[in-house]
Amino acid sequence: MDLSFTPEEIAFQNEVRAWMAENFPADLRAKVEAGEKLYKPDLLRWQKILAAKGWIAPAWPVEYGGPGWTPTQRYIYANEMALAGAQDLPAFGLKMVGPVIYTYGNEAQKAHFLPRILSGEDWWCQGYSEPGSGSDLASLKTKAVSDGDDYIVNGAKIWTTGAHDSDWIFCLVRTDDTGKKQDGISFLLIDMKTPGIEVSPIIIINGDHTVNQVFFTDVRVPKKNLIGKENEGWTYAKFLLVNERNGIAQVGHKKHTLRRIRKLASATDMNGGRLADQPGYQTRLAETEVALMALEYSELRFLSGQKTDHAPGTEANMMKVAATQLQQSMSELFIEIAGYYSFPYDGFRDKKGSNEPPVGPAEAGGAMFDFLYGRASTIYGGSNEIQRDVIAKVLLSI
Amino acid sequence: MDLSYSDEQVMLRDSAERFVDANCGADNLRKMRASEEGFSRAYWKQMAELGWLALPFTEDQGGLGGTAVDTNVLMEAFGRGLLLEPFLTTVVMGGGALKAAGGRDDLIGEIIEGNLLLAVAYAEPQARFDLFDVATTARKDGDGWIIDGHKAVVLHGDSADRIIISARTSGDRRDKDGISLFIIDRGAAGLERRAYPTVDGSRAAELFLNSVKVGADALLGDEGMGLAILEKVSDDAITALCAEAVGAMKVLLDTTVEYTKTREQFGQPIAKFQVLRHRMADMMMEYEQAKSMALVAALKVDSADPVERRKAVSGAKVQIGKSGRFVGQQAVQLHGGMGMTDELSVGHYFKRLTMIDILFGNVDHHLKQFSAAA
Repeated sequence: MDLSFTPEEIAFQNEVRAWMAENFPADLRAKVEAGEKLYKPDLLRWQKILAAKGWIAPAWPVEYGGPGWTPTQRYIYANEMALAGAQDLPAFGLKMVGPVIYTYGNEAQKAHFLPRILSGEDWWCQGYSEPGSGSDLASLKTKAVSDGDDYIVNGAKIWTTGAHDSDWIFCLVRTDDTGKKQDGISFLLIDMKTPGIEVSPIIIINGDHTVNQVFFTDVRVPKKNLIGKENEGWTYAKFLLVNERNGIAQVGHKKHTLRRIRKLASATDMNGGRLADQPGYQTRLAETEVALMALEYSELRFLSGQKTDHAPGTEANMMKVAATQLQQSMSELFIEIAGYYSFPYDGFRDKKGSNEPPVGPAEAGGAMFDFLYGRASTIYGGSNEIQRDVIAKVLLSI
Repeated sequence: MDLSYSDEQVMLRDSAERFVDANCGADNLRKMRASEEGFSRAYWKQMAELGWLALPFTEDQGGLGGTAVDTNVLMEAFGRGLLLEPFLTTVVMGGGALKAAGGRDDLIGEIIEGNLLLAVAYAEPQARFDLFDVATTARKDGDGWIIDGHKAVVLHGDSADRIIISARTSGDRRDKDGISLFIIDRGAAGLERRAYPTVDGSRAAELFLNSVKVGADALLGDEGMGLAILEKVSDDAITALCAEAVGAMKVLLDTTVEYTKTREQFGQPIAKFQVLRHRMADMMMEYEQAKSMALVAALKVDSADPVERRKAVSGAKVQIGKSGRFVGQQAVQLHGGMGMTDELSVGHYFKRLTMIDILFGNVDHHLKQFSAAA
């Protein structure tokens, strides 16, 4: 057993670190440091830089455009990217539908879609949840009815992140409602420009527009956009969900945020001393750092091929619960730093074109915005209650 | 011992609940937050006509001689309705400061009539929750004063007709003596404000005082003795906020119970799932303990015994902070994605509770105050 990196891995780490320092655009770095959110134009610029370097899709096989890295290299890369302050690109194309297409898609689908995902030419969104099907995903009702070479799709999807910025949506649709609810689901790729699709924004509690409702009225989808076999979409859907949860620990980002929290708490006055030295805060900050270590080394164990002793196969579920809880306690630590300056509503600056400086100190920026948005993390991607159900089912063999 | 409301208090509660149920809530908030002042002058007028703005003032002052418990009857209803009108800042804080300082019953009369809006500018960027940490200075200028400084996150600081400001007339930044209170006009020369919306749908402002000249009559109370007044204002405000939070938590609990009974997943109402049932049982217990502590604060905030007052008020703020966090966060969680939307009322109550946790000192701050008194 050896915890340390090999000389080759250290060389790789240095290479990534140096490249990130040089190539992550300074203006984007400044925005991230001020707690501002990056929207599509900024993210697309960053995507093109990474794509040109060939580092856009670390986990993809070489034949489809991946860099051919080992799991350890991928871990180093993700870590370095986060520590450089670089924000992750949306996962929907690169980490979700891309792997589904190269694993289950046909040659024509691979040839058409994969390069466009890598280049950023197509942005994707995810059509899973429906108004009546949240935790109970398999109960979905959006229907696709066969009509010659096409399907006719009717129904509604909800919580669709980035639908307003997307060129394509991958959808779970019902093609058969006679058997078990998990059977009879198909996985369809749908062009967002198809007539009959309507995107309606949902404003969330931090005032931001990230999610939407997407309505389908007699939307005609060519059958060549079906992934794999009709009625076997649940298999692909689950494959994708595991991939989604695998990336969710975001250890590098959490390290980056915790560094920022520690630095700011050390520079914040309280009771004539520093906030970082106040007994309650000091304890919670240390507890959070320990929790992050536990998360990091659990991720490394699972990455190196180990399974949980009692419920093998539920590693991703466990990581989802632990990571989202940790993320939420970190955002509470952040709000405490901002104090009264967490009150100003950040959203009003965006509407004015972001030219106005933040009301409070720049480092308070985004504290409340992120705290509020972060409440969604224990709900989306399968709520934490559902994750615990999955773990318990395996653990108790029921 | 009798901890039940009097007939008058029951009537006050019923009329306040009727008012907020008819006029306030999340729909009203979404409409108002886009408006210039963030609240309704018409509602304010109605609140004056109902006598609510007179509640805490003495009969000599033209008021109704109400107790802190009476104020909390109103505040609990305001919390239930997400009321946006500046009752806390004008009546509880501004009026409370005038009452404690004495000598300005003329202004109290104007508050009662509904003709005067006040804000209290006590916080500063470096001060966090320490009322005595005051870098703003007031220096003698003939009979009057010249004030310089930056006051942070002044609630309703944009719409207030007059602002009560803490400034240092002697001593160092963190001395407890040497703080004086001044009341200044919104139009005073040298007073600059940057107004902005707050996350709960209300409004606040940064105030920048650049050599603001005021007369001798702007001084409230005795020179250098302002801290005791500020502390009383802060304790009264905390007490009122605790009641507001209780009102908000009750709505969240009721709404969550109702939602989980109607929302179906896996072929049954989600209220059938034990993990959610236990969560709601915990929410209820948090709510009840918060309600008890809000009552303790109201009953003891005017106590002559400083230790008793400190433990009651800081203890209540700690409990409200913790309970409000749990109830607010779990209400969002149990509503699932819907709880995250601006459309549902849940998120608005949650945001208000999050702000109340921070206002006048968070849990850590008041744990420290509590231990120092114990």
